[in-house]
Amino acid sequence: MRVMAQMAMVMNLDKCIGCHTCSVTCKQAWTNRSGVEYVWFNNVETRPGQGYPRRYEDQEKWRGGWILNKRGRLALRGGGRLRKLLTIFSNPTLPGLDDYYEPWTYDYDTLTNAPLQEHTPVARPKSLISGKDMKIEWSANWDDDLGGSPDHGDKDVLLKNIADKVKFEFEQTFMFYLPRICEHCLNPSCAASCPSGAIYKRSEDGIVLVDQDRCRGWRQCVSGCPYKKIYFNHRTGKAEKCTFCYPRIEVGIPTVCSETCVGRLRYIGLILYDADKVLEAASTEDDHDLYEAQRSVFLDPDDPEVVRAAEQAGIPRDWIDAAQRSPIHALINTFKVALPLHPEYRTLPMVWYIPPLSPVVDVIKDTGFDAEDKGNLFAAIDALRIPIEYLAELFTAGEVAPVDAVLHKLAAMRSYMRDINMGRDPDESIATAVGMTGEQMYDMYRLLAIAKYDERYVIPPAHAEQAHSLEELATECSLDYDGGPGMGGSGPFGEGSGATPPVSVENFQMLQVRQTSDSIVAPADKASRVNLLNWDGRGAPEGLFPPRDPDPDAAATAGDRS
Amino acid sequence: MSTAEATTNSGSVDLLLWVIFPYVCLAVFAVGHFWRYRYDKFGWTTRSSQLYENRLLRLGSPLFHFGILFVFAGHVMGLGVPESWTKKAGVSESMYHATAVGSGSVAGLCTLVGLAILIYRRRTVGPVFSATTKMDKTMYLVLATVIVLGMANTVVANLVGHYDYRLGVSVWFRGILLLNPHPALMAEAPFGFQVHGLAAFLLFALWPFTRLVHVFSAPLGYLTRPYIVYRSRGDSLGSRKPKRGWERVGS
Ligand code: HEM
Ligand code: SF4
Ligand code: SF4
Repeated sequence: MRVMAQMAMVMNLDKCIGCHTCSVTCKQAWTNRSGVEYVWFNNVETRPGQGYPRRYEDQEKWRGGWILNKRGRLALRGGGRLRKLLTIFSNPTLPGLDDYYEPWTYDYDTLTNAPLQEHTPVARPKSLISGKDMKIEWSANWDDDLGGSPDHGDKDVLLKNIADKVKFEFEQTFMFYLPRICEHCLNPSCAASCPSGAIYKRSEDGIVLVDQDRCRGWRQCVSGCPYKKIYFNHRTGKAEKCTFCYPRIEVGIPTVCSETCVGRLRYIGLILYDADKVLEAASTEDDHDLYEAQRSVFLDPDDPEVVRAAEQAGIPRDWIDAAQRSPIHALINTFKVALPLHPEYRTLPMVWYIPPLSPVVDVIKDTGFDAEDKGNLFAAIDALRIPIEYLAELFTAGEVAPVDAVLHKLAAMRSYMRDINMGRDPDESIATAVGMTGEQMYDMYRLLAIAKYDERYVIPPAHAEQAHSLEELATECSLDYDGGPGMGGSGPFGEGSGATPPVSVENFQMLQVRQTSDSIVAPADKASRVNLLNWDGRGAPEGLFPPRDPDPDAAATAGDRS
Repeated sequence: MSTAEATTNSGSVDLLLWVIFPYVCLAVFAVGHFWRYRYDKFGWTTRSSQLYENRLLRLGSPLFHFGILFVFAGHVMGLGVPESWTKKAGVSESMYHATAVGSGSVAGLCTLVGLAILIYRRRTVGPVFSATTKMDKTMYLVLATVIVLGMANTVVANLVGHYDYRLGVSVWFRGILLLNPHPALMAEAPFGFQVHGLAAFLLFALWPFTRLVHVFSAPLGYLTRPYIVYRSRGDSLGSRKPKRGWERVGS
């Protein structure tokens, strides 16, 4: 047994209102730079839908993740090492910008600078890639809320395995939101595809990171990740990915997407697993067994033997405590309501989901029946095969039973708690019907519905005695690093060249550049572009307001405005 | 030292072109790489432009790269291995020549066509062009010069003239590497070979300051390393180095 700790996330999909706050705050924190305009480390997809990048789940085409080869051994779907090297000069399975979308901004300038005229001036969209006028045809969430689904809804990759096609007619459809970040997999195929070995899994907390100094821009990892959660920065020529907000996690606070989530639906905590069993689990023969196989890799943090082994492996005592209190462990192993996203990719993903009961509840409500009645709910779960099969395609490689079981538990919780809320005696039989006790039912309710901040996030800070080595914790002057200050901007070899500044300093610089920049799209110096999405409300990028008048009276009036 | 004896029968221009210039370029090449690696690890990348455009790249890049890697191997043979060795190994001059010219021109042609596609793409595809730096343009100019001249020499030297470069240019080149230069040999070489040689050394001097540094990162280690890399947070001391004298001690 080789115990390792993994920082993991669970999202409760029933609570997601599809507001995209997580995406926007993540973008603000991490990808508000040129070169990654099209990148969303966190994106929210409406399902059924194509996702972002379009149809990324079509592994016949993109060849991401792992498969079992003819000898039953685990192999990269994209091909072995030699094949990867031979196709390095032009990667055959790299999504193009079309598959994501062409990022744009607007020339807001014309709104304020246009002379008096009969027609209202419009701000035209300008491509952030070419700087030219463009026609907006797609984005990271173009099919939000099933927009346009009658036309292209059938392009959803998962639908091909579902017998009765999902109907996109208003009355019959169902939908839910799926927020996605990097899965920080136990068996990351992105890392396995990287020719330079620049992508690594941190042995302390399992966060998967790209070493920007070692990445050489071979862009094989983009193809290797089946979730398409590695992005190529087209300005710096390096791969970037979700960082699980490691600078925040290291000091014990949740990721930006979790912290700002309006639905408060994200849970973060540790899970202990046996690293020796990872390969075996990933090599499970039947796709349908992968969910259980992955669960078998996780260790019970309350088992004294596991605790002993964890201590021997150098996991600090407070981390073991945190693993015992972990909401992730509770949702995955105790209540068994969280499921992995696409286990059939065999990367052993570590961001899990509680499937939504809402498609079922909505149908019952629409038909005028009591949507909190156990009988109605159970019957509807059994009757509504299409949504359930669809969820199974997402979370259990098409195996319906585990999804069924989870939905029954969620339905049971609904009716069990209703009795309590109405002041009636709780009905223990509801709990036993789904294999739980009334007490467990209540605990689950607390975790899922009350969802206190300190129960949602149990994040042990990285160790104080290691503080000096933490990447971002400022125990010294934060400008005191190799090559700084005077950083920001670029070295002589193009954007982003030169020594790397720490993330915090870089963001500060970026903010300053943005606030003092003077053009919307200036291909000569793309670092100074202004995109409203990136504007944080401070300072006034030019183009947003008319230029200040040099004469003092006018300046005074302009001053009033701010 | 033989340099002195060589200089006696060659002018100072020859000395400048065929001894001093190559050494300066090689020095820039070596020091430049060392400096760039230290100063600019983050800029050390292929700067792939595949995200912008794939159709032309899919054709041009493999053609160019497989071509140039073969051409490189050819140069190692042609410049590095003395004629006397191949003779001893029982390969006759005509046999060597036939294979070298045969395979060399195929590889050269691939390189040239690939390069043409890549340059055409750089110029005509909007996003690729706007992502092209000044260094890229300079590099492409010199690289194209070297390759075109090299190709021209192969054709001309075989169809028209009869210059055995293995007794001229090759000996001079080995002399440079072995610190025993023979500038006279180069002074006698045909004009095409002279310019090819000069342009090649200029390219070496530019090398560390261009995207060509990616060649030194050719990821051969991938063939043997384990698939998943684990790294401890502890062993990388953040992005900031401790001050001298304040490094952490082992305990
Ligand atoms: C040794 C193994 C080599 C590898 C693995 C390699 C790999 C690559 C890769 C992945 C790209 C990026 C292509 C893209 O997606 O845009 C590239 C571009 C390039 N490489 Fe190489 N390369 C190698 C050797 C060379 C050599 C020997 C040369 C020339 C002396 C060379 C010259 C170039 C040039 C000029 C480009 C830019 C192409 C363009 O986008 O216009 N490479 N290389
Ligand atoms: S989801 Fe994240 S860790 Fe998993 S393969 Fe993709 S990029 Fe790597
Ligand atoms: S912020 Fe929360 S509720 Fe809003 S889209 Fe993101 S995950 Fe859903």
